[in-house]
Amino acid sequence: MPILRRTASVAAGALPTTLATAAALALFALFLELHGVSAARALGLMWQGAFGSMFALSNTLLRAAPLMLTALCVLLPARAGLIVIGGEGALALGGLAAGSLAIAAPTLPAALAWPLMALAAMLIGGLWIGAAGWLRQHRGVNETIGSLLLSYLGIALFNQLVEGPLRDPASLNKPSTLPLPQTWMIGTLPGTDAHWGFAVGAVACVLTWLVLRWSTSGFALNVCGGNPQAARLVGLPVDRLVIGACVAGGAAAGLAGMFEVAAVQGSANASLMSGYGTAGILVAFAARQSPLAVIVCAVLVGGIGASGSLLQRRLGLPDAATLVLQGLIFANLLAWEAL
Amino acid sequence: MSVNRRQFLASTAALAATAALPFGRVRAAEPLVVGALYVGPHDDYGYNQAHALAVARLKTLPGIEVVEQENVPETVAVQKVMEAMIVEDGAGLIFATSFGYFPHVVKLAPKYPAVRFAHCGGLWQAGRDPANVGSYFGYIDECQYLNGIAAGHASRSGKLGFVAAKPIPQVLRNINAFTLGARSVRPDITTQVIFTGDWSMPVKEAEATNSLADQGIDVVTCHVDSPKVLVETAAKRGMFVCGYHADQSVLAPDAYLTGAEWHWETVYSAYVTAARSGAPFANLTRGGLQDGFVRMSAYTAATPAAAVRQIDQTRAAMLAGGFDIFRGPLLDNAGRTVIPADTTLTQTDITLERMDYLVEGVIGAIPG
Repeated sequence: MPILRRTASVAAGALPTTLATAAALALFALFLELHGVSAARALGLMWQGAFGSMFALSNTLLRAAPLMLTALCVLLPARAGLIVIGGEGALALGGLAAGSLAIAAPTLPAALAWPLMALAAMLIGGLWIGAAGWLRQHRGVNETIGSLLLSYLGIALFNQLVEGPLRDPASLNKPSTLPLPQTWMIGTLPGTDAHWGFAVGAVACVLTWLVLRWSTSGFALNVCGGNPQAARLVGLPVDRLVIGACVAGGAAAGLAGMFEVAAVQGSANASLMSGYGTAGILVAFAARQSPLAVIVCAVLVGGIGASGSLLQRRLGLPDAATLVLQGLIFANLLAWEAL
Repeated sequence: MSVNRRQFLASTAALAATAALPFGRVRAAEPLVVGALYVGPHDDYGYNQAHALAVARLKTLPGIEVVEQENVPETVAVQKVMEAMIVEDGAGLIFATSFGYFPHVVKLAPKYPAVRFAHCGGLWQAGRDPANVGSYFGYIDECQYLNGIAAGHASRSGKLGFVAAKPIPQVLRNINAFTLGARSVRPDITTQVIFTGDWSMPVKEAEATNSLADQGIDVVTCHVDSPKVLVETAAKRGMFVCGYHADQSVLAPDAYLTGAEWHWETVYSAYVTAARSGAPFANLTRGGLQDGFVRMSAYTAATPAAAVRQIDQTRAAMLAGGFDIFRGPLLDNAGRTVIPADTTLTQTDITLERMDYLVEGVIGAIPG
């Protein structure tokens, strides 16, 4: 019964995350009660704020859109055995690349501008995270530190360019690149508030799953992540696989930046650096580096973000309340993973 | 669109009630729900606290309900939070308090034409932006000028320090006003400026403050989102400090000379009154000391008596409308004339909002 076995394996895969989330929620409830807040009321509000209405759901999905892509920036290198945490910088540079196209060729028709913006964003994102992979394979630089430092460099470069040569002279008090032509702005999915980035993120997750599950290079990548020595012994091109995974991950984060610019901000400015890159790490770990689970976990993390709104407005809880929950989930994930 | 209709009825009812009843008995009408969004924590001793304090005062008014959310990043989350306040809480007036919220305000406003969106930053343009969006800002450089006077009197070394976030016109205007205020006391005073590069960089702000102390500077002020780190570090290093955004005197009672504070309460009560009476929405509103948009922190035991005298005098002149900070001849710190001899720029002059220079006496350069 292959279907039964498949179901059992999915359940087994989801178990640690489910247990960790349950344990985190229990601890969170205790934390709320200790602070004199009714946990039942708070958790009820969180549900209502995240999934309780069409409005809440659409808010959740909107937040999930960039998280799927930044999670892939963690997931793909993780499959090769790397822990990469520099998605924020790749996202910023991807956004900058998209914004730069509007400076270089503002007369392009949207149908041409969209693929070009996406391509430019993916190139620079891929280059950035790919560099972290190259430094690890060829210079022995730890990829976690390397990608984090490269992320800082990317953000510094972003700020330098946006506040200097690429600045729209009209953006006096909030340095930004020239606004994208109105026709370039990416619209919403029919019938929802979520922009096309959500669909692209979900498709990217499914594609990643297909490649990892059904292609030879996906299989090779998994072998390489499982045991690089063995992978080398059987003649797999380990360096190319590792760096390739980093490039693909960085491209995903860069694409997230392009959507932030072309669907939300309308120009590249410092608002791009608002933590999507870091929240993507939580999503990837919660999904236990499984691309299909990333879709579910991005929605969950997006939901936690959305639910914080009602907690603040109805109960007067600080914004940090949802951060506490996110932290508890992350700590529990790591703890349950060890079991 | 039931919410919009309700909002409309509510404001009509409020209008009728105000007309018919003496003040204070309006309670019977449906309350006006006011939503406020902050980009950082509401208790940051700085930019956000200044807004949150004013909103807190609104809560004490009869017939006003307040919903608040802090740490709202300048992403699409802004639109969602505002929409949630409108749809789920019935907000009829929104205060979007961060400069970078503007594109999101402009995007959402046409969908809820009965709701009033007030944005802090002064960006609204007639013909371009929706009629139910308003933008407000204040001339806080007047208070930074007065801060400069306090610093000029308190400094023994004649060397002042300024920790600034980004070299944008608003910030440069504050640095220049502070320096001009100090040089009105002692013409040879200098202000060393350090740019940290971003609005909230606590570690860099501490490093900058320490480095200013190491250079023998004895009075500092700043333009960053939360001056807490600067104020505490400066006090620890034995420097005097002039506050910014909000009152930080509790953080360093012995070192705090005075401070430049926002007084958004004036603006917010005006918006609330207009919303309740159905009066037209003020799309663009700006003001300084004269209009009560900004104010000075109370003097402390550390404020020199001579400073108190000169500040009181200058403030009285500003309140009477007879004082201009930026008068020619004014040189920048490279010796270039930026305001010719026969020119005086009044506070409302739009060229001041494009400021791209540091005046003579400021040590440092605009990066980039």
